[in-house]
Amino acid sequence: MPNQDQLQDLVVQVRRDILRQVHKVNSGHPGGSLGCTEFFVALFQEVMDRKSGFDMDGKEEDIFFLSNGHISPVFYSVLARSGYFPVEELNTFRLINSRLQGHPTTHEGLPGIRVASGSLGQGLSVAIGAAQTKKLNGDDHLVFTLCGDGELQEGQNWEAIMYGAAHKADNLILTVDYNGQQIDGSTDDVLPLGNLRAKFEAFGWEVMEIEDGNDLQAVISGLEAAKTKTGNGKPVCVLMHTVMGNGVDFMMHTHAWHGKAPNDEQLAIGLAQNPETLGDY
Amino acid sequence: MKKYIDSGAKDTRSGFGAGLTELGKKNPDVVALCADLTGSLKMDEFKANHPERFFQVGIAEANMMGLAAGMTIGGKIPFTGTFANFSTGRVYDQIRQSIAYSHKNVKICASHAGLTLGEDGATHQILEDIGLMKMLPGMTVINTCDFNQTKAATIAIADHHGPVYLRFGRPKVANFTAEDQVFEIGKAVLLQEGTDVTIVATGHLVWEALQAAEQLNDLGISAEVINIHTIKPLDEEAILASVSKTACVVTAEEHNYYGGLGESVARTLTKNNPAPQEFVATMDTFGESGTPAQLMEKYGLNAASIVEASKKVIARK
Repeated sequence: MPNQDQLQDLVVQVRRDILRQVHKVNSGHPGGSLGCTEFFVALFQEVMDRKSGFDMDGKEEDIFFLSNGHISPVFYSVLARSGYFPVEELNTFRLINSRLQGHPTTHEGLPGIRVASGSLGQGLSVAIGAAQTKKLNGDDHLVFTLCGDGELQEGQNWEAIMYGAAHKADNLILTVDYNGQQIDGSTDDVLPLGNLRAKFEAFGWEVMEIEDGNDLQAVISGLEAAKTKTGNGKPVCVLMHTVMGNGVDFMMHTHAWHGKAPNDEQLAIGLAQNPETLGDY
Repeated sequence: MKKYIDSGAKDTRSGFGAGLTELGKKNPDVVALCADLTGSLKMDEFKANHPERFFQVGIAEANMMGLAAGMTIGGKIPFTGTFANFSTGRVYDQIRQSIAYSHKNVKICASHAGLTLGEDGATHQILEDIGLMKMLPGMTVINTCDFNQTKAATIAIADHHGPVYLRFGRPKVANFTAEDQVFEIGKAVLLQEGTDVTIVATGHLVWEALQAAEQLNDLGISAEVINIHTIKPLDEEAILASVSKTACVVTAEEHNYYGGLGESVARTLTKNNPAPQEFVATMDTFGESGTPAQLMEKYGLNAASIVEASKKVIARK
């Protein structure tokens, strides 16, 4: 298991990976990716009980589903740097004939991905289904899933939230990337989410919050605490407060970088704020 | 010459229920999900026998499709059940992304397809579902003709790895195929040989096609009847072999003229062996309320229409 310095180095390197992937093809989603960097590093390096290698069924290990598939740059970077595929392949992000599609897919057989995502609102349903299969298989490992806060505007989530509680999917941890931003502006401006904590609780979920979702240690301890809440008859929701664009000062606290790539100059500034640690691809 | 005997009217959806019941006993990986229509889909017996493998999802079809996709991860074989309208158009994006694009081994089982939901009207009928499903890459599309074939198909699709759309209906229709038949996905069934016209039919129209062939026989016209239970992949070989003999074809389906079986057959002929074709289908319309029999007559989905289409197509040779 890596020590804390190594993990922090990985966080910085993943931020570099995100910026470089998106810059190279002048498309993609850096803001949400940067905001979830600590989460992905924590999950894949510390929190999940993973087997070596990858198989689609993921039996006898914890598995993860990304619902807000547009933050693929952070997902791809952490998967590659966790050994699922060569780091050099990040060079092919969004290019023709690549396994690294703009939004993640199983179609090209990229290890680490078990369902396509990108059309928002579908990941939680899939995660609950996978959690129910784990129970049927007598597999006591957990299912993790991440969705965006704006994504909760999709009604399918509320079907799934109702179902997850009714069917006691207590081997499932849903983390919400609670950054308050979406493409057109703040969630408060576009369609306010109201009191998310109260809503999840009213639907019968166990709810926790991670106050600083960009503090690696806080994320690790928050997710470990969430694990202790499983197995009690309720699915677990972690409201993780993050800053969109975290780690690159001009991208932070705004929706402007939701789906926009930095130019050469902006890339240089962003990389200078995150000096190379583990080596670029 | 009556070759096929109606062994007693039964509904195709009960064939699905019977198949699912048998599957439940023999395949422990089969799970079933239903969106508040357990009785309509005849899933009660599976539910009673295997409560741990039956999932009531409520009136939430989008979630049902996602759950089914997720349940395949770890090796389960989910069968979803609701009306055809709510199994396709309502959840097209969920099927497209979470199931078809993701190559998930989900069996989408759709009852009350076509017009035969009858009195409920167009909101609960669907005449576009074959087109919607056949356009999805990798999706197998099956439309069965009677109780026995629906039961056989239900059992067969569990052994086929990949997404399948299985379409069947509500009313009791003639049960005329063999009880012990082997259902082969993608393999057309030649029901009757003939030389003057090929009638290619699917679903409830297969029995009507057999009736039409008898009426044509009385007129001195020899009709070949093919049951296309699998619309995708289409058994092009069987169709081309027949049309090379008869030189014309009538397609018959309880579906819109756009996007259905007829269109798939036309594509096959155009590409390989152009021949006159007439379509027995609904003509770009929504359905309406009425008894199933009244609707089939109003929209021309019966033996009489197939006879007329056959005469017309033969004249065009």
